[in-house]
Amino acid sequence: MAAACVFNLQSTVPKLVSAREKLLVIGGGMAGARAIEEIEARAPSRFAITMYAAEPYAVYNRILLSDVLAGAKNPEGIFLNSLSWFAERQIDLRIGEKIASIDCARKLVLTESGAAQSYDYLIIATGSLPLVPDIANVATPGVFVFRTIDDCRLIASYAKGRRRAAVIGGGLLGLEAARGLLGHNLKVTVVEVMPYLMAQQLDPESAALLARTMEAMGLEILFEKATERVLGNGAAQGLRFKDGTEIETDMVVISCGIRPNVRLAVEAGLRVERGIVCDDRMRTSDPAIYSVGECVEHRGRVYGLVAPLYEQARVLADNLTGSSPAAAYAGSKLSTRLKVMGVDLVSIGDGRAMGGEGHTVTRYVEPELGVYKKLVVSGGKLVGAILLGDTDAASTLIDAYEREIELPRRHSELLFSRAGAGDPNAAVEAMAESAVVCTCHQVRKSVLVEHIRAGAALDDLCAITRAGTGCGGCKSHLEAMMAAYGSDRADPAASYYVKAVPLDKPALVREIKRLELRSVSAVLSRLGIGVDDPESKPGLASLLKTIWGRGYVDERDARFINDRVHANIQNDGTFSVIPRIYGGVTSPAELRRIADAAEKYHARMIKITGGQRIDLLGVGKSDLPAIWRDLKMPSGHAYTKAFRTCKTCVGVEFCRYGVGDSTRLGIAIEKRFQGIETPHKMKFAASGCARNCAEATVKDVGVVAIEGGWQIHVGGAAGSRVRAADLLAAVKSQDEALKIMGRFIQYYRENARYAERCYAFVERVGIKRLREVLIDDSDGDADRLDREVEAAAAAYRDPWSEGAAPFEPTQFAEAIAVEGAASIRGNP
Amino acid sequence: MILQTTQEGENAPVFVTEIESIPPGQGRCFTVGGKAIALFRLRDGRIFALDNSCPHRGGPLGAGLVGIDFNTGREAVVCPLHAFKFSLRDGAGISNELRVRHHRVELRGAAIHVAVSGGE
Repeated sequence: MAAACVFNLQSTVPKLVSAREKLLVIGGGMAGARAIEEIEARAPSRFAITMYAAEPYAVYNRILLSDVLAGAKNPEGIFLNSLSWFAERQIDLRIGEKIASIDCARKLVLTESGAAQSYDYLIIATGSLPLVPDIANVATPGVFVFRTIDDCRLIASYAKGRRRAAVIGGGLLGLEAARGLLGHNLKVTVVEVMPYLMAQQLDPESAALLARTMEAMGLEILFEKATERVLGNGAAQGLRFKDGTEIETDMVVISCGIRPNVRLAVEAGLRVERGIVCDDRMRTSDPAIYSVGECVEHRGRVYGLVAPLYEQARVLADNLTGSSPAAAYAGSKLSTRLKVMGVDLVSIGDGRAMGGEGHTVTRYVEPELGVYKKLVVSGGKLVGAILLGDTDAASTLIDAYEREIELPRRHSELLFSRAGAGDPNAAVEAMAESAVVCTCHQVRKSVLVEHIRAGAALDDLCAITRAGTGCGGCKSHLEAMMAAYGSDRADPAASYYVKAVPLDKPALVREIKRLELRSVSAVLSRLGIGVDDPESKPGLASLLKTIWGRGYVDERDARFINDRVHANIQNDGTFSVIPRIYGGVTSPAELRRIADAAEKYHARMIKITGGQRIDLLGVGKSDLPAIWRDLKMPSGHAYTKAFRTCKTCVGVEFCRYGVGDSTRLGIAIEKRFQGIETPHKMKFAASGCARNCAEATVKDVGVVAIEGGWQIHVGGAAGSRVRAADLLAAVKSQDEALKIMGRFIQYYRENARYAERCYAFVERVGIKRLREVLIDDSDGDADRLDREVEAAAAAYRDPWSEGAAPFEPTQFAEAIAVEGAASIRGNP
Repeated sequence: MILQTTQEGENAPVFVTEIESIPPGQGRCFTVGGKAIALFRLRDGRIFALDNSCPHRGGPLGAGLVGIDFNTGREAVVCPLHAFKFSLRDGAGISNELRVRHHRVELRGAAIHVAVSGGE
């Protein structure tokens, strides 16, 4: 359907089409699409372009496939060029149409459906195919390769309900596949024929360090195992190796590398060795046919990384369009930044040499931290490097390698960035102007700084320069560069509290109070730009409730479904019900009611949560009022941006080590702060001694008992980011602890951006400033903060009471059947 | 079959509900002729109808946030599962390539009638 739409656009300008030279591109991958982009950038509409894409998807970023397999990204999230991109350029995109053969003499291609299409120029961008070693029984169901979106889908659906997976191949691709499989709750075993991992990039010692880190993440790795046969009749059940040993497994993913996809070129009679042989202008042995990407062999080398493909695409476009006919591809100097299962790895040139043959090797190893840094220097110049675990020095080294800079005599200086390790701000400032920040797209620091100084926002910067749109590994550097080189005036919209109201939070609060605006619709119509923007509403609702408490006029259309029905929507449209269990302390009677309710309303799963509560999953919307009634317990607010729960340890009551009554404090915390809405969710914990079993120092707010009092920590996190909380204060009593925590909650409510978690807020404001305001009362505002949070706590009303008295009609209605009504009152 | 075809791909409008059953600015799901249809009531009183199931992962669009999309100025619903956005006028994806089936609505007084489109 989409291809037809592109067609229509073209047929409106038939004369133009026939007047233009015809360019066909075989292959819908990153290389082919990039070649077209480069051509269109130099000579828009010069060629009538047709692209044949065998895979049934528009162009996508193959580098990110393992994120799709892991479930971290949707397939839609990795598309590069949209259908409308092709349509706007009048490029005829033939999705799913496969080419059967090329007739060089008549300048024709034949599709598998038998259609012939003539060309003036042809680009072969057929990429590569997975390399499948010679293994008996390899066609058994349950054995997969990992190369396309469809492969991801097949693997993911087969993985459901299975326990074990084996990945054959311990190279980059194999480890990426293993990472993806771990996301499916499988026990994953990597099978490698060599005695160590990633033999293309690493030396044995760095590979051993990497293997240790991976094993700590739950991966099993077998070395020196050559697979002989897939075991199992009708479905894979195991692997047998050439040394006679066997393992059991429920599925197998083969990821041993790639081989250039050269069949069409071979059959067309083009010169092919390992890949399709191209000259420095990216032309094959037929002058009308070019090639680009992983299918190409240039000066005896075949590339499998994205940066060289993009260099090839530029040279191809320079030549084909005549914009720079002298442009020549001289081969690529390879360097890659990889993230292997969350471990940063940079490989530059060939860093595997161990010394000798005129090579000097400098190494720094810190096995405990999994850090390995190595330089290989020859003739005073860098010829290779490996950075594992700490890659701050990468940009400097890549720059030195690519430009063949004479190195300082003291090599250790190069291994450590001058600034503190792990600090991207310092790292970008220390980079040379010519340093490559984005290795995928070869974008240099000087180019980025130029755009940032011209006022580009981060999104524009990525769109214009394409930095950060490949593997995404340089995103933190781009953000740091925005901070370092951007001016404050760059993008005023970035400071708006919500996009439909052009005011930052302090100004918005001022105006709301001055005009006494109590509903979201009133704020949008009086202060907004006149647009009832759905995505701006929830933030305003949260803010109004903070400002007005019970005086807030609740319009439920401004709230997410979770806040309309007080339960958390799940991926199948059912809800999760989590009653409040104060401090994680419950009773036999409560447990019986929970068990009865779970049975009566067919909860599909009963799960102990990380917040020490019980989650009933798979409850239908219309059953919510009844299940709440039966539970006779208040809402745990596990569905909204609000105070959530306080995790506790056993404390002094039973524990041999306890020095403070953490359960009692945890219960008091929940009773006091339940129902208070906050810019983002807030999770608390209370530990009875410094052993900190409740993990209070990675919570938004945590208290830890010490001899004679409590320490209050704020801004911890243990989610996508891990951050140790900062110590806000030490106090003597539980009452004091409650007071300081309340003050912090209110300050966070008033000053954080919408959806800004505590850890980000604490980092932004700084613990020093928080101590001044909240402990030293530098602004004289402490009493007011205490009063405000007290009022918010007093306004508490259990949202689940709406079960008995719904807020609005059809609030808890599932699909409302109108079959009867339609037949009686159908056509008047 | 209750529904009769009046024009290609579209069935005759049938009464579905009174406007009061949908609070202003929200959506609700109704089963019409065995199909789950989401009706949306904008704050200005206009009514729109789409298939309830989001073409991305089947999220219930009837439970999504509704309004005028800031970037495009189009009437829009945001799926509650993964925030995919669709135009209420024609079901076209906003900032995505997906599309959800759209149905024509007739408002007769307070009675909402929907002409369900599509064969099955």
